[in-house]
Amino acid sequence: MRKEESVTEQLKGTLTPDRKERKNLISLLQEIQESLGYLPREAMTELAKFLEMPAVRVYSVATFYNQFRFTSIGKYPIQVCLGTACHLRGGKLILQEFERQLGIKVGETSQDGNFSLERVACMGCCMLAPVVRIGDRAPAVKIGDKIYPKMTPFKVDEISVPYKQEIEKERSEEEQIPQ
Amino acid sequence: MTFKELTNRAKSEWEALQSSTHILVGTATCGRAAGAMETVKAFEEELKRRNIEVKVIEVGCMGLCYAEPLVAISRPESLRVVYHHMTQELVPRLVEGYIISDDPCLELALGTFEVGEEGEAPYIPELPRFEKELRLVLRRCGYIDPENINHYLANDGYRGLEKALKMRPEEIIEEIKKSGLRGRGGAGFPTGLKWEICHSYSATPKYIVCNADEGDPGAFMDRIVLESDPQQVIEGMIIGGYAIGADEGYIYIRAEYPLAVERVKVALQQAEKLGFLGDNILSSGFGFRINLATGAGAFVSGEETGLMAAIEGETSEPRPRPPYPAESGLWGKPTALNNVKTFANIHLIVERGADWFASIGTEKSKGTALFSLAGKIKDSGLTEVPMGTTIREIVYDIGDGILNDREFKAVQIGGPSGGMIPANLQDTPIDFDSLTSIGSMMGSGGFIVMDEDDCAVDATCFFVDFITRESCGKCTPCRVGNLQMLKVLENITNGKGKMEDIDFLLELAEDIKGGSLCALGGTAPNPVLTSIRYFQDEYAAHVLEKRCPAKVCTNLTAYCILQDKCDRSCEHCVLTCPTEAIGGGVGKIKHIDQEKCVNCGTCRDVCPPKYNAVVKLSPISSLPLEDFAAKEKAVAKAIEESET
Ligand SMILES: Cc1cc2nc3c(=O)[nH]c(=O)nc-3n(C[C@H](O)[C@H](O)[C@H](O)COP(=O)(O)O)c2cc1C
Ligand code: SF4
Ligand code: SF4
Ligand code: SF4
Ligand code: FES
Ligand code: FES
Repeated sequence: MRKEESVTEQLKGTLTPDRKERKNLISLLQEIQESLGYLPREAMTELAKFLEMPAVRVYSVATFYNQFRFTSIGKYPIQVCLGTACHLRGGKLILQEFERQLGIKVGETSQDGNFSLERVACMGCCMLAPVVRIGDRAPAVKIGDKIYPKMTPFKVDEISVPYKQEIEKERSEEEQIPQ
Repeated sequence: MTFKELTNRAKSEWEALQSSTHILVGTATCGRAAGAMETVKAFEEELKRRNIEVKVIEVGCMGLCYAEPLVAISRPESLRVVYHHMTQELVPRLVEGYIISDDPCLELALGTFEVGEEGEAPYIPELPRFEKELRLVLRRCGYIDPENINHYLANDGYRGLEKALKMRPEEIIEEIKKSGLRGRGGAGFPTGLKWEICHSYSATPKYIVCNADEGDPGAFMDRIVLESDPQQVIEGMIIGGYAIGADEGYIYIRAEYPLAVERVKVALQQAEKLGFLGDNILSSGFGFRINLATGAGAFVSGEETGLMAAIEGETSEPRPRPPYPAESGLWGKPTALNNVKTFANIHLIVERGADWFASIGTEKSKGTALFSLAGKIKDSGLTEVPMGTTIREIVYDIGDGILNDREFKAVQIGGPSGGMIPANLQDTPIDFDSLTSIGSMMGSGGFIVMDEDDCAVDATCFFVDFITRESCGKCTPCRVGNLQMLKVLENITNGKGKMEDIDFLLELAEDIKGGSLCALGGTAPNPVLTSIRYFQDEYAAHVLEKRCPAKVCTNLTAYCILQDKCDRSCEHCVLTCPTEAIGGGVGKIKHIDQEKCVNCGTCRDVCPPKYNAVVKLSPISSLPLEDFAAKEKAVAKAIEESET
């Protein structure tokens, strides 16, 4: 999120006059989450005003659906599949291994903001079970997201390596920029 | 342009492609997960490097997911060959072999589309899988570019619509009724009847809604259809709109399917551009539009009234029926809501006639069924078979049997609220009514195979856990009852169950069934009822012996290193154990500290097969005495943690 701008500013592009219909609520929530990474309270209040409906309605819809989040997401959101096929092939062991490695519980984001961990139910590639998806700086699932097939607890560390390297690289680049 | 002109133009584009060498790569979601996009890139780079002009076309899925990435090379006047597991490293070899020279690299091939010479790669139509299959909805999947409407048009696309627009709506409905088509979304309601009811109401506007929520965790048929041949679904929706008198439709796709969403978007744009959507379609005077809505991740959004609430921007809480959506649906208007596969069948029925369709399948279930085969089956993927095909034929002829030749135990058909069908009922023909009669249901097409290493109680626990998470909470029996079932089941898997619990579960199941508003609650007890009915012994072993026969339930099983088998110095297990639970010392016999072990199984996976020193035991009382005490402590702690 670009901190310097207010939420109102940031939503200007999304809340355009042609979208004032009630039915747009869910797709607007999706777009806001897409651009801000999550649904901050101010954004939902703003949206309620825009759609001329009570803020509690917006909250109740947003909290009903699994897709919406109310805290910021990690740079690399990790989704471990716990659908039927992945469960049968040990998806839970993969999830537990991520929890151990990252030192966080499912549903949380690591302190440094780099990784967050979620469980999902089926990504539609059950034949490659168990699968893990790692996204890139976006809360919604994207076409280009990397899916790791046939995971084992042992591979958890291995697939995390490129992300850790990337984080490390960015960190050292930042340090090089003179203040 | 007229329909004829559009088709002719499409056909000449298609024929030009067929008469040139071209490469098809399956890039549906699972193909991508297996590396298909890297394969596409490798082809493009290799062709560029060698300065060759050959088209590389991204297609959908042939259903053979186990063999992904799949590549087909078509050369005019030569064999068309399909290659399996075609990862990027193999690309240069294939380009050298079959693009530049005349070696079709049959050692890499899954098969050929023409009969080759004796002893060469198999002839695909004669593979057991293809002999049992009947591909109607899937017939273009994996062969055409889903983002090119001309490929669809050149392969009979929109002929059903063209014919439909010359019929009266009542005639179309009559034809669908006569065909015997039943909804493919789960309940199997006759589609023609639904449309007739909807047609009979005079309120306007009316709506067509396509349900592509596919929330069943372990099913991916609708995704593949949309990613591989989306136009057929759009065509079905337009015909539906014309038949019931609607001029607007919605297609609701779950957000977890970004590629399907993208391909449908492209398909809608192309259909509109050529005049299959919009005003005055094919100069008939009839106009129709389709909007796309994406789900926000709730299983209950797949229920029809819940889905319509989601489109309206509300929470997906099901509402009582009647009134049925056909009378009062989207925004209170008459709405025909159907599944993706239901719509995909429509254009064929219109084009080829009701009698043709009714000649396929069984007396009360016509046409084909699509299943996504997953779990412990060798050739997982998508299949389409005539109704009435048996479970055995699907598992063994199409799926090539059980992975690693383990024992077939059961199959879960119908998703988390379907039933667990034991292997001894594998000769049951698959159709709506036979499945219901054995306590399961057709559902939307998930077909998850379990083997002897899967625990019936654990699987049931998993399904009930899923349902509990996804219940919208409106009705008490569903909200509270399922949670209560889950607690009892968890107790059993923790070795704390009593035999009375089983009766309690049966009672609770009846209460939930009776007291739930929608089918999510109404069918939730199915896995409990079927697993108790067919696998009572397993429940008894958990309760009476604290033993999990399949050695799955974590709190009843333990890993143990056999002293006489451990090599002492290989150290694989020590180096890979995530919790440093393995001790004993370098060069000494290894030993697992049961208090630290988290049952991840890594040590067993890495222990070299020639030693095979790590075993899994159940009950935990079969561990050496000291280890048992340590394990009991660990289990008590784990249970305590999970309860907080
Ligand atoms: C909890 C629940 C989830 C459902 N999920 C789906 C789904 O993902 N796709 C679907 O087509 N039907 C689903 N259904 C069935 C729909 O309510 C509806 O019956 C179906 O879409 C009607 O289409 P059809 O007549 O073509 O089968 C679900 C039903 C329930 C109770
Ligand atoms: S049965 Fe369950 S999911 Fe269906 S309406 Fe009632 S509480 Fe909601
Ligand atoms: S099962 Fe996992 S945690 Fe237990 S000893 Fe083996 S590797 Fe370590
Ligand atoms: S991997 Fe197997 S053989 Fe090697 S030290 Fe461990 S238990 Fe012994
Ligand atoms: S169950 Fe994990 S991808 Fe389907
Ligand atoms: S080959 Fe996988 S969805 Fe197809």
